[in-house]
Amino acid sequence: MNCHSVLFNNVGYLEPVRESYRTDESIRWNKVHRLADYVYFNHSIHINKGIGCSTCHGSVNQMPLMLQASPLNMEWCLECHRNPQANLRQKDQIFNMDWKAPANQEQAGRQLAAEYKLRTTAELTSCSTCHR
Amino acid sequence: MDAMSDHEHDKQLHILQGPLVPKPALDEGHDHEDDEIVDDTLREHRLELSAVREKLKGKSGKQYWRTLEELSEDPHFEELLHREFPRHASEWDDAVDRRDFLKLMGASLALAGMAGCGRPDESHIVPYVKQPDGIVLGKPNYYATVMPFGADAIGVLVESHEGRPTKIEGNPDHPSSLGATSAIVQASILNLYDPDRAQTVLQGGEIRAWSTFLDSAQEAATGVNAAGGAGFRILSGTLTSPTLASQLRKLLALYPQAKWHQWEPAVSDGAREGAKLAFGRAVNTVYVPGKADVILSLDADFLASGPGHISYAKQWSRRRKLEGASEAMNRLYVVEPTPTVTGSAADHKLPMRACDIELFARALAAKLGRGNAVSLPNDAEKWLSTVVADLQKAHSNSLVIAGEQQSSTVHALAHAINAALGNVGTTVYYTEPVEVEPVNQLESLRDLCADMDAGKVDLLVILGGNPVYDAPHDFDFVTKLKKVHTSVHLSPYFDETSAYCQWHVSESHYLESWSDARAYDGTASIVQPLISPLYYTKSAHDVVAAFGDKPGQPPYDAVRAYWTEASTHLETSIDAGWRKWLNDGVIPGTKLPPINPELKFNPANLPAFKGMPADQVEYIFRPDPTVYDGRFANNGWLQELPKPVTKLTWDNAALVSPKFAQKNDLAHKVISRGGEHGQIRSTVVDIELNGSKVTAATWTLPGQAENTVVLPLGYGRTRSGFAGTNKGFNAYAVRTSNALWSAAGGKMTATGEGYSLACTQYHFNMEGRQILSTATLDEYKKNPGFPHEGHETPAKDDSLYKEFAYPGYAWGMAIDLNKCNGCNACVVACQSENNIPVVGKDQVMRGREMHWIRIDRYYTHSPSSVEGHTGDPMEYSPALDNPQTFFQPVPCMQCENAPCEQVCPVGATTHSAEGLNDMVYNRCVGTRYCSNNCPYKVRRFNFLRFQDWETPQLKLLRNPEVTVRSRGVMEKCTYCVQRINNARIDAEKQSRPIRDGEIVTACESACPSEAIAFGNINDPNSKVAKLKAQQRNYTLLGELNARPRTTYLGAVRNPNAELEKA
Repeated sequence: MNCHSVLFNNVGYLEPVRESYRTDESIRWNKVHRLADYVYFNHSIHINKGIGCSTCHGSVNQMPLMLQASPLNMEWCLECHRNPQANLRQKDQIFNMDWKAPANQEQAGRQLAAEYKLRTTAELTSCSTCHR
Repeated sequence: MDAMSDHEHDKQLHILQGPLVPKPALDEGHDHEDDEIVDDTLREHRLELSAVREKLKGKSGKQYWRTLEELSEDPHFEELLHREFPRHASEWDDAVDRRDFLKLMGASLALAGMAGCGRPDESHIVPYVKQPDGIVLGKPNYYATVMPFGADAIGVLVESHEGRPTKIEGNPDHPSSLGATSAIVQASILNLYDPDRAQTVLQGGEIRAWSTFLDSAQEAATGVNAAGGAGFRILSGTLTSPTLASQLRKLLALYPQAKWHQWEPAVSDGAREGAKLAFGRAVNTVYVPGKADVILSLDADFLASGPGHISYAKQWSRRRKLEGASEAMNRLYVVEPTPTVTGSAADHKLPMRACDIELFARALAAKLGRGNAVSLPNDAEKWLSTVVADLQKAHSNSLVIAGEQQSSTVHALAHAINAALGNVGTTVYYTEPVEVEPVNQLESLRDLCADMDAGKVDLLVILGGNPVYDAPHDFDFVTKLKKVHTSVHLSPYFDETSAYCQWHVSESHYLESWSDARAYDGTASIVQPLISPLYYTKSAHDVVAAFGDKPGQPPYDAVRAYWTEASTHLETSIDAGWRKWLNDGVIPGTKLPPINPELKFNPANLPAFKGMPADQVEYIFRPDPTVYDGRFANNGWLQELPKPVTKLTWDNAALVSPKFAQKNDLAHKVISRGGEHGQIRSTVVDIELNGSKVTAATWTLPGQAENTVVLPLGYGRTRSGFAGTNKGFNAYAVRTSNALWSAAGGKMTATGEGYSLACTQYHFNMEGRQILSTATLDEYKKNPGFPHEGHETPAKDDSLYKEFAYPGYAWGMAIDLNKCNGCNACVVACQSENNIPVVGKDQVMRGREMHWIRIDRYYTHSPSSVEGHTGDPMEYSPALDNPQTFFQPVPCMQCENAPCEQVCPVGATTHSAEGLNDMVYNRCVGTRYCSNNCPYKVRRFNFLRFQDWETPQLKLLRNPEVTVRSRGVMEKCTYCVQRINNARIDAEKQSRPIRDGEIVTACESACPSEAIAFGNINDPNSKVAKLKAQQRNYTLLGELNARPRTTYLGAVRNPNAELEKA
């Protein structure tokens, strides 16, 4: 169980985790961030290119129970794909849930886009990027 | 109320679709005001071959055709080609009228719910509790193993998603693969997930536990032990597994009176007996075509079948290189009774009856000073003299190969000829046998049958194979099998033989077993499983161990035990080497070294040749190019795969030459109600041969020897699962032991009936436009840009549409027609990678096969061939009787100015910034305008829900990276965009550009001849850019200004000028 064999290892709230480890039955997590089957989404490239967790998932550190903070519809995805500068951040800030875009985000973002060698808008909005 | 799922519709629609009958003239029960006048009479038009010959007489200049009807320029036929999706062609015009149809649809729609809106359905994340080492979810792993196949084993790298194998690739380090695969190897993964597989141990039809079988086996073994094993017999196929051989030999040592028999229906004893005749002992012959300047094939399909054929195809095609070639282009001569892949790739082909090839070989040997001279008919004599001269010029860099189905004499002659030419040591060498126990298999089976008949067999263990189906029918295996007291059959399916055995043990697939096998050159590899057995299956190792002194020994232990001992003769011990052997897929140091057997054969000592009279019809048996000897009959991919030369699917037919067809009035009629089609009505005949009769459809094959009828094996099965049962005719029914490969005295009578065959070559015709471009080597040297002759491609700015710049990657593909030999490996690889469905015979007849890449087969003849003008309708016409054959793989052209993109009303097909023509299934509403507008006809429409959503095993098979399409959407080749995207993501994460060769499309990867190249055309150093820079690079239908990214390099043949002259 790694962490939870030490942390909060007696808390009733984590009983399902201990039960799962004992019985070797997987926990069936309800998937919160659901995308349609015809969308092929790769998470790793987003993290690698400077999109932080909270940009899409919201302030997870303040959620007692996970909730979907963004609509996740195509229009919402395209908003960023057409203008990634608005959402890019430094690589060391990726996991910072409290990160807020600075006043000069537009300019800083453009710089980061060049640094991370982000693809052009035409490339990012080609249908086969997500649909295949 | 539950929303009716999408699939409910299909069940209902499926029921509505009735049999293929024309609409009745009067339809009682509803008023006719709304009915349109529909002309849907079934059009049939019979092709007259004599008319074709007439037409050909006046022709000069090169022309290409794909079907005899096309060649005839028959106006009836051309009328049939007018529209691809004509009105009413795809209607259910059979059982239901429009009103009822709409009522049903309306009801279903109301209940269907709106699946496209709102949030996607609830789903769960179910993680591993203890994640296995090395798995990163979403990223596949690759494992090396080998596929044992006859006297060979093909090394493969198998892609495994979350612990289940989904795609087979070649293993670059394995000699039988060199990175490539064949159609059969690609399709073998479907056999793993075949829902018709046997799943348990059965005794008399009742399910039993394996432990029960073990107990029974030990009991039976004790029984036979009393007599030293006298009543114990084992029957297997050709084996290369060193572990299994060791287990069998130990078993035979335990029971000295027991016997081990072998039988494979598709490979003759010719090679084995030929070696004995030539060298006095069994040897394995290994060819090195890469070193040969001139190759002569005596009915040997060495590029597409037989041990080592993938390696041979690669070596051969590397010698067809033109630009920057360090060696001269090779030349291939083929003598064969029926067109094969190898014959189609030849520079010169001579159709000759199989029985006459021995005469030819004798004549050839005589000309080289071995044996007595024989005379051949005129045209063959000239051909032979030219070939001899060429072979002698090449001397030790020539190669003569005898076919697997030829007699021992021909093989011995080939050995003598190769020796005379000094080829031994360069283009051919000999090793110890690869198969563990070379025996004369026909005699072995004969002995077994004799013993069974005499009641001498108490216990018979059949390891794989299907002798009830494929043993020579004069052996009457069934009757004799019934006399055996206890019979055990190990096989993956409950087939014809299993039905007559007491015990049936279901066999594990090679992807779920531990074993070992040897390649054609002796290299040994471990067969490692990619998944635990899906069912309660066992392997041959389990069954053999069950009767021995270590019952229940797991195959893994048996393999380890064998190699622990064997590795003492190798450089590395098993402990040091095991993991590397598994990783690499080869055991180093196991390639068999060349031996130097003494040639003891003198052709001069051969008895006088006893052939068949020239006008006698010879009936020959051949393994089928897709289902082989019948073992793959239930493999839907292979059943639907158009056979390389005939392009038939789902059936076999008795193949005849055009002259034979004319003489015997065997025609085929193209049937259609308009538009593209695939239903060919052929004449059905009764063939009486060797004392029994079989009823078969016929097919005319240009290029076949005149008096030859080919009976392909592997069809007509009665117990072969859903796909394989009752397809085609059973050629084994007329196959007897005295005429195993060649039979005379057959009688063919037309039954007066017709039979519809599904042939794909009538689809997507190009109507006379110059699609294929070929030249001879001399023509190429004079004019390297020969494909551009007479074709003007418009200038780049000559278009209404704005030019688009591709600053990043620009994907492109180049297909070298010089190398493609039509083997179909790419077609099955694409099907496996992209979850392409199987549609079945009826739909193929309607032109709806779903292969994203198709291989078009073109015939041509050059005007300089011998052609007289005597007015005789039966006169030899090279165009009809011996054309040259070319193959052209056609995937999506990914046009920069795509005609399909411009007409999609919903924007479901758009252009990506890297030059790909994207297909967005979720937007497609199925107007089919894109396919209508595509000049290359590379788009495929899901007219019905061809995919199987229910069968659980097939869900494991599918590639999770590619959408599984439902009905009503268009699909097409995507340049394996899933591979492109994955490679790009990896490269981006590592902040580097994608390297040339990092992205390999499925078709490119499978091709043994390296005919397909894919890459970034913006990089001038990439392989594809260099190929496209060659002068013989051309686009199809360039004058349409579609600007395809897929281009072709014109085919160049290397004919011998001596044979070109009249």
